[in-house]
Parts: sequence; structure tokens; C-alpha cells
Amino acid sequence: MTAPIETTQAQAAAQPEAILAGAGRKTIEGRSLGQIAWMRFKRDKVAVAGGVVVILLVLLAVLAKPIESVFGLDPNAFHQDLIDPSTTVPKGGWGGMSMHHLLGVDPQYGRDLLARIIEGSWVSMIVATGATLLSVIIGSVMGLIAGYYGGWVDSLISRVMDIFLAFPLLLFAISISASLQDGAFGLAGLKLRICVLIFVIGFFNWPYMGRIVRGQTLSLREREFVEASRSLGARGPFILFRELLPNLVAPILVYSTLLIPTNILFEAALSFLGVGISPPQASWGGMLNSAIDLFYADPEYMVVPGVAIFITVLAFNLLGDGLRDALDPRSK
Amino acid sequence: MNSRKATAALALATALALGASACSSDSKSSDNGKKSSSSQGTSAAKDAALTGIVNASDQKGGTVVMENSDVPDSLDPGNTYYGWVQNFSRLYARTLLTFKPAAGKDGLTVVPDLATGLGKASPDAKTWTYTIRSGLKYDDGTPITTKDIKYGIERSNFAPEALSNGPTYFKAYLAGGDAYKGPYKDKNPNGIASIETPNDTTIVFHLAKPFADFDYLATFSQTAPVPAAKDDGAGYVKHIVSSGPYKFASYQDGASADLVRNPQWSQATDPIRKALPNEIKIKFKVNANTIDNNLLAGNTTVDSGGTGVTPQTQAKVIGPKYAKNTDDSYAGATSYLAINPNVAPYNNADCRKAIEYAIDKVSVQTAIGGPVKGDVATTLLPPTVNGYTKFDEFATPDNKGDATKAKASLAACGKPGGFTTNLTARSDRPAEMAEATAIQNSLKQVGITANIKSFPAGKYFSNFAGVPSYVHQHQLGLMLTAWGADWPTGYGFLDQIVDGSAIKPSGGNNLQELNDKNINAALAAAIANTDAAARTKAWGDIDKMVVDTATVVPLIYRKNLLYRPDSATNVTITQAYLGMYDYLLLGSSK
Repeated sequence: MTAPIETTQAQAAAQPEAILAGAGRKTIEGRSLGQIAWMRFKRDKVAVAGGVVVILLVLLAVLAKPIESVFGLDPNAFHQDLIDPSTTVPKGGWGGMSMHHLLGVDPQYGRDLLARIIEGSWVSMIVATGATLLSVIIGSVMGLIAGYYGGWVDSLISRVMDIFLAFPLLLFAISISASLQDGAFGLAGLKLRICVLIFVIGFFNWPYMGRIVRGQTLSLREREFVEASRSLGARGPFILFRELLPNLVAPILVYSTLLIPTNILFEAALSFLGVGISPPQASWGGMLNSAIDLFYADPEYMVVPGVAIFITVLAFNLLGDGLRDALDPRSK
Repeated sequence: MNSRKATAALALATALALGASACSSDSKSSDNGKKSSSSQGTSAAKDAALTGIVNASDQKGGTVVMENSDVPDSLDPGNTYYGWVQNFSRLYARTLLTFKPAAGKDGLTVVPDLATGLGKASPDAKTWTYTIRSGLKYDDGTPITTKDIKYGIERSNFAPEALSNGPTYFKAYLAGGDAYKGPYKDKNPNGIASIETPNDTTIVFHLAKPFADFDYLATFSQTAPVPAAKDDGAGYVKHIVSSGPYKFASYQDGASADLVRNPQWSQATDPIRKALPNEIKIKFKVNANTIDNNLLAGNTTVDSGGTGVTPQTQAKVIGPKYAKNTDDSYAGATSYLAINPNVAPYNNADCRKAIEYAIDKVSVQTAIGGPVKGDVATTLLPPTVNGYTKFDEFATPDNKGDATKAKASLAACGKPGGFTTNLTARSDRPAEMAEATAIQNSLKQVGITANIKSFPAGKYFSNFAGVPSYVHQHQLGLMLTAWGADWPTGYGFLDQIVDGSAIKPSGGNNLQELNDKNINAALAAAIANTDAAARTKAWGDIDKMVVDTATVVPLIYRKNLLYRPDSATNVTITQAYLGMYDYLLLGSSK
């Protein structure tokens, strides 16, 4: 996915591999690995574009509530006068688009779609990033331990991973969401639903991360720097988290950015099955789900959240690919 | 001689039918071509089948093709609770009484089927006697006796271990009904003592308490005769013995069934069935959108479920091209909001009234799909139930809610700033979730914050809204539900939702926990009254008493948008069977 590296003159100057003592430079500096990766990343226009979109989406999610209040958007306000009562579809073409409702309104209630997309962004983002964080933390720790210690520890953790991978996740998600209707764990309503979604999605996806980290650790632990620190008397935890983990940041970071879009889609799928966020809270998956029944009559209602999810998934994927190429050029 | 005449008549009818169908395919190309074959009855127009018989025809022949998006609970007349199976089973299982196959209000009239007349009641309405016609036969030629009817009731009501689906009203009302264990466990050949069969044509029911609606129970498919020798419990559905004009040529569990003429049935013993089609085919588990497309193409005669077209198709058929073939019929059910007075602040009547006034019922109606899906309700009884009386106790302008009155009620109840409450709905019922969303928005306008709690429909009454202790503990003040009657009278509708005895530790339907001694007494008095007119009036009065307590907010009289293809003949809505088409009348020109 990287843009081909063209050795134009300007870029040649930026080649990290080239050892430069150019006339323009006052001092000669070595570059850290991070700097080198950042320079590679910057050259990848597609990845940068993905990254920009991701930053915008995160800003949108974080600032959803202020944006709504500044522009006077209310995601839950009804405008049923804009609905044709005999079909419940918005009056006029294009899902009721107008100056007041730039993306139109939803059928049945006439709620502003732009406001609901903005409102839904923070739910989708928080669920996706929260679940990703959960799987990354569990997966990294378990993968490190399994890979470093080996033997029966490795066997045990690997079998646990197999069990998790074989677990009928969707059934479990439906049953846990259905059984936790009311308050639980001191949480209630929307907070509880979000936590349940994060748990369900995150807790069952960690073995993928675990396997990647375990594989990398298996090869890393035989390297000289690990041998060296062990011979100097370093203990397990120190080696795991101070020696091995920094060397695993690249694959972990890359895999995380690829996991986020998967989790956004998973939230959508769970909402689609009716076990996601409860109404009237907007979420992209929930919007997509309720658009199904009126797909032929009001296709625009499906297009809006569909495009939002599409852009997000694409942006994260491009960013992830770019990061992988930048951090680990051998993987190309 | 006779048979040759019949053959000639059949040949003639077939020729006519072929001609008619050729005619209709011609007229299809010229869009506004009217059916000339329908001499009497109503021609196709929007909602024509609500009050008339569309495409009336006397021609025998044709095949009625039915499709269903699901499977029936059972086609066994003794093991079903589905409204459409009650309607459908009359083709092969005759009952003591049934509803008149007729258009409009006439369809609510109870008429004799196997019986020679309606039930003869004792003055205390506790003993009911029926006499059945002579010369009745099963499809194997053996005679039908009242003993078989008694056996049919015993197996369907008292043997939940084998036949668990149907209602158990006979068990509830018959004397000694709670003690009898059913024909599979209790091998005493005399069966339950409170049903007497002094001879082969008489059957007498002795009830534990007065029950003037008994004729309606006698319309249940459970009163269809079942020969004990042929019965093997749950397996009977695979070889149902027919008493009606059609018998099973084939039956595949969960897939399809094929009904053909029963030569042992005689028109002379059956004044209500015309039995026009030669064959009736039904297919199960057909995708709902596929059914609709088949209806539009005329390949299917009717969607047997009778719950109307899908939202996709609805948007299509309200257009001018198809509208004349649609009927927007009352489903015999009311959606309402139950307010539990045992949950604060609803112990105060003014807080309940605030809810009554605050709700914009038009907004609720729009959310569930507009006037096509239902009319705004002001009473619990829907218009198609015997006893419906129109009134509006908490009237608001255009039914759009009255914020001023609601706020005044809130002030009177000591909560001028509003309050926070819980609102429950069934998560897998999209219409109910839409109602909840709309009500939540209405209440917000007057300062009441309603948090929606959704529960799966299968556990709604058994574990959540129908369990008073759970409701009190979790402060579920507002609960959405919908109710349709098992038989279309005020008692059949109200008894299970407003009588104090319907409050159960679990699984009850009296969500508002209404236990008003005046209402209980009025129900008991009315159901003991054998004067039908007085009884019918009483249901409306009781309905009003209930709404006056401000513990229920009637929201919507549910409607279904049904589609009838041009090839369907004798199409009319039967109000007695949840507003679906009458399957006894339905024929096909194909």
C-alpha cells in the first residue's frame, strides 16, 4: 500500500539510509528509529490522508456534544411534520435533505441525520477503541508470557487461546446483552451497554493479538540482547516489559489500527442484531440496522451511516498499512 | 346419473373458469379493466374487502395457494393458538359453532356449524347443551358423534404434556376441570364428568361458574371432533382426520400441506361452506418479501399469516397502481401503555393523568408506520370487538397531546418540574420500540424523563413486566404492551388484562395491577348475564371504568395492510379472526 519511493532529487536528500553531510546542514545528527519511521510515513501520501481522516474522526467523536450544541443540532428531536405518514418515509427526495437538515432526516421520527451521525460517532469510536485497547492489553501480556517462558505455560495459554477462538462469540454476545438488560456492576443504561459491548468485543478478540505477539516473542527471546540482559541477572518481568515489549511496539501498533475498524463493524453487527445500544441513543450500527426495513423506500437512510462506517474503516486501514510499512520496511 | 351430471357441471365450471382467467389476463394489460365475471359483490377498490365481498364468484374449481413466512404452531385443531390456524383449520375441521363467513360486522356473528343451533343455556348460564346434525361423516366414512367432540376438547385442554399450544378455557370453566388429567393419562373411558354425551348427537357442558360467552368457546378449533382411535397425541397432526370439505392429500412438517376435496363431506349437512376451490396448497417458511412479490405477481392467492405486507412492500402498494388491491384492516388488537400505580409517583392519580395528557398519540402512530398501521385509540376495546363503545376520557386536541393539561396535572401531583421514570418495551418488536421512542419524546416535552428498558418478547411477561415483584423492585412505572382477544367480545378482551384475578406472581397480563372491586364485580355480573344485548353494552361501560382509573393509555388500534391479487375470489375480511381474509370463502380464478 505504500506509494512507490521515487528518488527525485528532493527526496533523495531525505533518504534515511543515505548518510548525508550535505552543505545545507549545520550539524550531523543520527536519527532515531522513530524519526526514520516518521519520515517514511510522511512520504506515504495515502497513509497520511488516512491519518488525517482518523484524527478528524477522533476530534468529531470527542467534540460531538459541543459541536451539537454550537450548531443547534439535537440528535433526538422529532420532526414528524417532515414525514409522510402513509409510508413513514421523509417527504421529498433524498431522504428529506434540506437546508435545515443537510443529510436529511430519519424515517418514522424525522430526527436530523447529521446530528445522529455526529452523536453516533462517539459511541462507535469509544466502543471500537475501548474494545481494541482491551484485546491489545490482554493479548500482548498473554502473548509475551507464552512466548518468553515457553513450555507448559505456553501450552496452557495457547490452548486457552484456542478455546477463545472456538467460542461461539455471537451467541455469547447476544445472550450476555439480553441478560444484562437492567443495571449491573453499579452501571445502568447507556454506560452499561457501552461497557458490555466493549467487554464482549474486546475480551474475545485478544487471542489474535496474543498469537502475533507470541510468535514475535519466540524469535526475539533468542536474540543476543535478551541473552545479555538475562546473563546480567535481569528478572522475567524486566525482560518482558523493558526489553521485549519495546521491540514489539511496531506489530502491536499496526495490528491495533487494523483491529479498530473490525470492531466498528462488529459494533454495527451487534446493533444490527438488536443487542447493541438501546434507543434513542444514536449509533452508526443502530442506524444501519433500522434502515434495513425501509431500504427500498428510503435508501438514503442506509447510505448515510453506511458511508460514515465505510470512510472510518477505510481511513483506519490506510493508516494501519502505512504504519506497518513505515515501522517495518521488511514486511513489504 | 348423478355423478355424470356433476362431471358435466364440473367440466362447464372449468371451462368458465378458464374463460374467466383468460379474460382477466386480457384485462390486466389494459390497466383499468374491470372484472366482468363478478356479477354481485364489490369490485376491486381500496378497502373494498373490509365491508364487502370482492370478486364474488360461484364458480367451483381453481387452486388457492397460500404462503406463510413462518410455520404454524400446529395444524392440529386441538394444538393451536394461532389466529390464522383457527381460521384455516375450518377447511378440514368443523367445530360446534363458528363465525359466519360474511363481510363486515356480520363476520362477528356466531352461527351453528356441526351443531343445529346455538347453545341452549340454563338460566344461570352454567349448563350449555348442543345438538349436532345427523349424517355427519369423517373423510374415512365413519360417522361423527358428540363423543368425538368431547374427546377433542379433552385432549386439547387437559393434556399439555402432548398438546401444549392451545388455550385452556375449557379447563378453566368446566366443573372439575382442574382435577381431570386428560385422556392420555386418565384411561377412564368416560373422560371428564362435566361434559355429558347422553347420545351421539347431544353434548352437555356443566360449568363451574356462570359463563354467558360459552358460544364463543364453542367456535374454538378445539371443539372439532377427533376420533379417539386415530389419535396419537402430538403425532396426530401428520394424519388429521377431516370433518370438513377438504382433507389432507399431503402434509410435510414445517414445509407444506396440500388439501383436496373430501368426498365424504356433503353440502346438505353444511349450510355455511361453499367449498369452491378444488385444492388448497399452503407453503411454510417462505421469505416475507418473496410472499409479497408472489402476491403482486398473482402467483399466490393469500399470505396465510394475515399480518399484512412487509414495510418494503407497504411503501410500494400504497401507490396508485396497487392501492385498489389493498385492505387496511383492524387486527383486533390494541397497543396500550400500562401505568403501574404501585410504582412512585404513579400512586398519585394526577401523575398518571399527566402521562395520559402528555402523550402525543399521533406521533406514536407516525412512528409505527402511520394510519396504515393503526388508528389512534381512546378505548381498550378495538372497534372490531363486540361491545366496543366510543369514548375519549383524556381528550387532547387532535390527539396530539396537551402540554398545558399535562403540566397542570404534574403541578397537582406535586411534581411541577416533572420526574424521571422507566418505560419498558419488547426489544424484538420494532413497532413497540418505535412507540417507546415516540412516547419518550412526548414526555420530554413536559419535563418527564423516561428511560427505555427493553426486554426480549419471549420473557417479557414471564420474567419482567408480568412479574409485579420485579416491576416494583426496578421501578418499571410505564410498560408498553398490546392485547388481542381470544374471542371477539368485551369479556374475551378485558378479562385477562383488567380483572384483579389476572394479577399473577409471574406471567400475568394485568400489567397495571388493576384490582378495582367495582370493575371485578361488573365483569362477573356481565359474564353471568344471558341477555346478549345487555352483556354487550356492559363491556363498553367496563372499558370506560378502566380508562377512568388512568392506569392505561390506549395508544393504537392496530391495523394490517393486506394485499389481495386479482386472481383471488370471494375475498372478505373476517373481523372474528384478527382482521385477516376469511379462508372459508376464499377462492381462486387460477
